[in-house]
Amino acid sequence: MHRYAGDISLVLGGSAGQGIQTIEALLVAVLKREGYHVFACKEYMSRIRGGSNSTEIRITNKKRQAYVKHIDFLVALDRDVVPHLQNRISKKTLIFGELSKIGAPAGHNSFDIPFTKFTNDLGNPIFASTIAVGVVLGLLQAPLADFEEFLRERFARKGEEIVAKNIQAATLGYNHGTHLAYDAGIEIHLTRHQDVKKELLMEGSDALGMGVIASGCNYISSYPMSPGTVLLTYLAKYHKEFGIVVDQAEDEIAAINQGLGAWYAGARAVVTTSGGGFALMTEGVSLAGIIETPIVIHIGQRPGPATGLPTKTEQADLNLALYAGHGEFPRVIFAPGNLEEVFSHVQNAFALADEFQIPAFILTDQYLLDAISTVPEEKLEIQKIKNFIVETKSDYKRYAYSKDGISPRGIPGYGEGLVAVDSDEHDEEAHITESHEVRQKMQDKRLKKAEEIKKRAYSPTKIGKFTGADTVVISWGSNRGVIEEALDIIGNTSLVGLHFSQVYPLAPSAEKLLKNKKIIVLENNASGQFAQLFLLEYGVAVDEKILQYDGAPFAVEDVVEKLKKIIA
Amino acid sequence: MAVDKKQYDLPLHTDIAWCPGCGNFPILNIVKMALAELDLAPEQVVLCSGIGQAAKTPQYMRVNYFNGLHGRALPVATAIKLAHPEMTVISESGDGDTYGEGGNHFLHTIRRNPNITNIVHDNMIYGLTKGQASPTSEKGLETPIQTEGVVLEPFNPLLTALSLGATFVGRVFSGDIMQAKEIVKQAILHEGYALIDVFQPCVVYNKQNTYQWFKENTYYLDENYDKNDKNKATEVVSDLSHLALGVIYQETGKPHYAERLHLKNEPLFRHKRNDRELQKLMDSYR
Repeated sequence: MHRYAGDISLVLGGSAGQGIQTIEALLVAVLKREGYHVFACKEYMSRIRGGSNSTEIRITNKKRQAYVKHIDFLVALDRDVVPHLQNRISKKTLIFGELSKIGAPAGHNSFDIPFTKFTNDLGNPIFASTIAVGVVLGLLQAPLADFEEFLRERFARKGEEIVAKNIQAATLGYNHGTHLAYDAGIEIHLTRHQDVKKELLMEGSDALGMGVIASGCNYISSYPMSPGTVLLTYLAKYHKEFGIVVDQAEDEIAAINQGLGAWYAGARAVVTTSGGGFALMTEGVSLAGIIETPIVIHIGQRPGPATGLPTKTEQADLNLALYAGHGEFPRVIFAPGNLEEVFSHVQNAFALADEFQIPAFILTDQYLLDAISTVPEEKLEIQKIKNFIVETKSDYKRYAYSKDGISPRGIPGYGEGLVAVDSDEHDEEAHITESHEVRQKMQDKRLKKAEEIKKRAYSPTKIGKFTGADTVVISWGSNRGVIEEALDIIGNTSLVGLHFSQVYPLAPSAEKLLKNKKIIVLENNASGQFAQLFLLEYGVAVDEKILQYDGAPFAVEDVVEKLKKIIA
Repeated sequence: MAVDKKQYDLPLHTDIAWCPGCGNFPILNIVKMALAELDLAPEQVVLCSGIGQAAKTPQYMRVNYFNGLHGRALPVATAIKLAHPEMTVISESGDGDTYGEGGNHFLHTIRRNPNITNIVHDNMIYGLTKGQASPTSEKGLETPIQTEGVVLEPFNPLLTALSLGATFVGRVFSGDIMQAKEIVKQAILHEGYALIDVFQPCVVYNKQNTYQWFKENTYYLDENYDKNDKNKATEVVSDLSHLALGVIYQETGKPHYAERLHLKNEPLFRHKRNDRELQKLMDSYR
């Protein structure tokens, strides 16, 4: 007897090109439509074909947005899957697959899915993915009707025959799954929620792309680098509908210089990259600082140094974003932790970059970008785009001194004035100067903006009730989900969480939340970069650090165990 | 009303960082005259430059400009033209900036064929950093670093540009303002990427390629020269002993970058977010 209540971890494993992603996409879409809370994340190798990859789908009663290590059901598409995932497989794991191909793993409960026989019956191996989805729905004892409807919609354009074949494949798989569940004595207790059906289902990268479009972005020049490429691909896909100029740059240096040229001329531009590509952009960041031209930079983090682990995850580029660019100038850095934070902070990054004429960063990572989760539509707020471009008069001065340090930003060809920017230290009209006096005034003007930027910093999200708590776990970026779930599981009122989605500057108001508390920082890097920033910004030393830097995201089980040990 | 060259002039007391007798002075004049004679007002023009003495040219004109990073003027100019197609965009920098530090951008900008003009002050030396070899320095030129003379082959920008499909390739000599101005005008009028390599002496650091040397080693292409013949152009720019001046190659009718991207001919600052499509996009995640 295998009983599952409220939380199932299903993992699909296979090599690149075997269709895991198709199965994953179909399954989460159907399950969400049926009202199940779903969350999915993946790990893959840096190969085009082959290797051993896996994707985890969690089906839960409560909304969960985090990775778990343990596997309840494993669907293996080839014989490398079980050895590849052996650290996550336990005696409790039920393994499904075509046993004649994957071999019955010794010491495990394994069940046969005769894919070859089924696809032969259907006349085409292409139906394997639909069969697999059918099997899983059968195992979960989920309704089949929604899947049939989904297949009708999805394949409608391909004709009635394809639709009928897919439904036949789904039914074959479903019946097989139901039989397996009965044979194995699988008992499932999952609740379906009416409101989940209406939610939006997407990857972190979709929220990023949509957020960029909602920001009124109309220009992207970037050079492909995993995992940052997703944004370039997204905007290329929708460039016609939204009038976006898409340029694949010759290198990252060209990309950021194009971005700055575009903003100077009145566009709203973004660049996307990963740590290595961003390293090449840093002189451009410094240029943005002195010419006071907005730029929005997305860095999809992956483990470094150098090429590192191209397809894995890490949060080790905070210091890079924080200190990138020679000289001193203001900046903002966002590190959103879920779909709604991604969507809103991308828009905030554009708005702040535009208003304060500064570089604004969005730090994500491979895990967050690839993870699929759901969000109610009303939580994705489309902001109004404020206009900060002025029509120039004939006596316009691009760097006019002002009280708050912001000089109204004109663009060439709009008004009677001339608009000049210069990477050299300059006077109000952008003419090169070597005067110590002007230099100091200009530097004061630029740095003055930092005061208001800091005042506007977004407060962190509190997790749990702070009154009475004595320990606080701090997270930033993609770790929001794992902290929320770990604290929920531990259920100790003395332990609360604080999640930062703006990591620079830090909201001054949050400092008081830390008073007289033991502070634990959890982050996906080896040196505790956010903990260092905490000390710099708040003057608060953290008591404990939970760090992971093996290329994998934090697993809920590990975080629970480590937190329990600390508070014990 | 016709545009007067004086509209581009800064006040006389403007401090200019060039050496007396510098080849940059006539180039400044050439650009101002060409723009005025084409009836382009300063408000309609953006000059982009990198770093170096040549890159300071926009500083000494009343004009819109983006004086950016060393070697990076071309990506900036490309973006400005795409974002604001109504502007006349000129990228103006030196040989070190354009062909050395910015070499990769030089190659790929030509491949894009943006509708911009690229004026390169080519004095075959690094001036601002005090006399080191540039990519176009002749073999054997002795410098404080190349103490036994330059041993690298000189970079041939015009031949490179032709090989990458450049649609306009020209060369002028700063010592002959009137002829140079006419060629620069043709470059500005060209629909697509136009490269103008400007021979210019560095009176302080390059004692080899002087005014006199340029006079002796250059010649103008005559009236019978067919500027649409790419093979002939390739032959002309490959000849390093007789250096041709004039419009060496021009190809018309090739779509420029904005046309290749099917962009609407309107500035992006007038662009509004498409809320209806955004709602549709959001709905697609249901």
